[in-house]
Amino acid sequence: MDGIEGASNPTMEEMQANGTGGVDELPLTSTSTRKNRPIVSGEPLDIEAYAGLYTGRTKIKRLMFIANHCDNPGMQLEALRMAYDEIKKGENTHLYREVVQKIDGRLGPNYAMDAAWCSTIERKAELRKEKLESELNAYRTNLIKESIRMGYNDFGDFYYAHGALGDAFKSYVRTRDYCTTSKHIIQMCLNAILVSIEMVQFSNVTSYVSKAEQTPEALDPPTVAKLCCAAGLAHLEAKKYKLAARKFLEVGPELGNSYSEVIAPQDVATYGGLCALASFDRTELKNKVIDNINFRDFLELVPEVRELINDFYSSHYASCLEYLGNLKSNLMLDIHLYDHVETLYDQIRNKALIQYTLPFVSVDMRMMADAFKTSVVGLEKELEALITDNQIQARIDSHNKILYARHADQRNATFQRVLQTGNEFDQEVRAMLLRSSLLKYDYNLRASRKH
Amino acid sequence: MNSVEGLVNQIQGLSTTASDVLSLQNLLKQADDSLHAESTRLLPFLDQLDPSKHSLGYLYFLEACTAGPVTKEQAGSYVLMIARFITSCIAEQIRLAPDKFITVCKRFKDQVLLLEEPLRGVAPMLTAIRKLQSSSEHLTALHPEFLLLCLLSRCYKAGLSILEEDVFEVDQPRDLFLFCYYGGMISIGKKWFRKALELLHNVVTAPMSTVNAIAVEAFKKYILVSLIHHGQSPTNLPKYASSVAQRNLKNLCQPYIELANSYSNGKIADIETYVEANKDKFESDNNLGLVKQAVSSMYKRNIQRLTQTYLTLSLQDIANRVQLNSPKEAEMHVLQMIKDGEIYATINQKDGMVRFLEDPEQYKTCEMIEHIDSSIQRLMTLSKKLNGVDELMSCDPLYLLKVNLLFHIKASLVVT
Repeated sequence: MDGIEGASNPTMEEMQANGTGGVDELPLTSTSTRKNRPIVSGEPLDIEAYAGLYTGRTKIKRLMFIANHCDNPGMQLEALRMAYDEIKKGENTHLYREVVQKIDGRLGPNYAMDAAWCSTIERKAELRKEKLESELNAYRTNLIKESIRMGYNDFGDFYYAHGALGDAFKSYVRTRDYCTTSKHIIQMCLNAILVSIEMVQFSNVTSYVSKAEQTPEALDPPTVAKLCCAAGLAHLEAKKYKLAARKFLEVGPELGNSYSEVIAPQDVATYGGLCALASFDRTELKNKVIDNINFRDFLELVPEVRELINDFYSSHYASCLEYLGNLKSNLMLDIHLYDHVETLYDQIRNKALIQYTLPFVSVDMRMMADAFKTSVVGLEKELEALITDNQIQARIDSHNKILYARHADQRNATFQRVLQTGNEFDQEVRAMLLRSSLLKYDYNLRASRKH
Repeated sequence: MNSVEGLVNQIQGLSTTASDVLSLQNLLKQADDSLHAESTRLLPFLDQLDPSKHSLGYLYFLEACTAGPVTKEQAGSYVLMIARFITSCIAEQIRLAPDKFITVCKRFKDQVLLLEEPLRGVAPMLTAIRKLQSSSEHLTALHPEFLLLCLLSRCYKAGLSILEEDVFEVDQPRDLFLFCYYGGMISIGKKWFRKALELLHNVVTAPMSTVNAIAVEAFKKYILVSLIHHGQSPTNLPKYASSVAQRNLKNLCQPYIELANSYSNGKIADIETYVEANKDKFESDNNLGLVKQAVSSMYKRNIQRLTQTYLTLSLQDIANRVQLNSPKEAEMHVLQMIKDGEIYATINQKDGMVRFLEDPEQYKTCEMIEHIDSSIQRLMTLSKKLNGVDELMSCDPLYLLKVNLLFHIKASLVVT
């Protein structure tokens, strides 16, 4: 990333000078190498570049996800091939078997099932496990806290490498009792978070993030950034887009590539940008996203997202929606974002519609339909849904196809409410008096029976 | 015979001053059994008594007379006699023996029904109620009988005056249940859905220790009237309803609850199929007409929702959105709603457009100011009454005993 800093800075300054006016015309340049912008609008995902952003287990999982979800067979095979190579470097035989099954011999004899490798790995695993166990028992009898902690940690690493995520999590959590310094606690938390993200159990992620944040002495900026990312992912999974956006926007530039086993800086920009666009209002969008210096560096990595945010803010809805449309197919291949893409897109589109109608007393629906690249009939349906939902205060003149703003008459509404409240009070008090009379009768009856 | 004659003389003699009347009452009470023994021969003696002066005595005699089984011919003459008695009797005298009076009036109602002429009973029964009531807030056992006669004779307007009054004192809970139920039915007949809802709500939320059939039937109608008037059914009974009702009423009215659910989904075709399928159940409860009204109210609600989103809309569009068959039907519905004052709109037949207008009520006219003022007065009176009842309650020795008991129990728990 450092190599292209010089190249992209002039474009950034250009943007600042022009304000928001000339942003539409800024061409998508190829000055920045494709290595750092794998998600390019419209073109299919560059898998090599994409995979290059990640390390470890998440790389494999992401490649397999892409293979499962994309329709292009060339891309599928490419992804599977890279996954195979990556797995061979590690020790996870379970994933290996899965990948080989998926490849199904389509990549030639080099990528077939290597049973010998499997059995070697498994045997080595058995041996290592026994060794670790005996070591751990020794440490436990000696009651040396630090060694026990390291023993459990090693166990956790071992299980993680072999894909036994549940056991890995348990082992990492066991180290908690033997942590002596805050550095240890941070390490434990980060490990637990990593495994929880892989297991897609984000409730654990949230609890361990808060646990880690409670030991501020040992937190250095990269760790803080990592924790923000993890918290953001947890919120995203829970569909709390506003909180997710806030967390992603807090991530400092110190993140760099240090969290590549979970998330890449491009992802931080994309997730943060889209969630912010879908859930922030205009002031928040301006303050926290557009004027945010730290986040600007991240947005540099995904210029499309930067463009579309600026388009939205300056009301160029057509081009904003066009960027979104182009990005969609590639975003559907992202393991964290794919099931939120539809919701986020709908929210962004609705916000655009609402924002469009806000400053006007009357809007010609034909012009609006052009601005949003849709038909008048379709637009009418969308507007009807928003009006019924009370998000737009307006009424549609279906005959002339005009939208009229409608502001509720406070005075009349107040009178109506007052009269209604009076009636309700009347009814309820009378009913109450009636009921109390009945209860009195019942009570008297019971009392008289007792005597 | 002698004792009866003697009694007649006593009645004629002691019916003038209030103290005499009291002593007469004692005599009559003692002689009651002997009167009943001679019930068949009492009829000629009634001619010697004047109902407008000797009301108490006449009442006792009348009650004894009508005690046995009555044939249709006898019923005719009895009905005339009782009606005349009711109109001319003295209210203070009969209030000394309210049970007898109620029994006589109930028998009157039975006989009128036996003759299949409920209309004859409406006016006398109304007079009877007025004479028996200690105040207009008092619910007597005759109220439900009166409303029943109104219902059977379809004389709904007569029931109106009774329904308009607020009821705060109740003799017997059963009277209240029947009164509110019949009152609800009369209101539905006159399409006063708000009043019907209020009356049925009272039945359903009244304190009861076991579920009774009246409450079940009332609940069924309550759901349907809610759908017609509010467009949504009550999902849960309010907290002050008895726990018995809350648990059981829903189970006993299952088809109606499902009808309400499919109503809230908004698809007219679904609800119509459901009604067709369960027609027999609704019919056996005599609720089919109400169910049909509920279904047609769905169109109204959908059209009303359109007024919130559109300024103008073509009749074709309305027909499509509300799932009607043709623009002509849509026009009919909209026209009816404009006439009933449920929406404000104008129909332009030339281009088939409907223009929705705002409620023209500006709350600036004299009538509106008077209306608001009278509402405020009414509510202030009601509020004072509520305070009065509250004060009375807090002075009640039984209540104080119970509150003290609770206080002591709580205090002892804190100590230990």
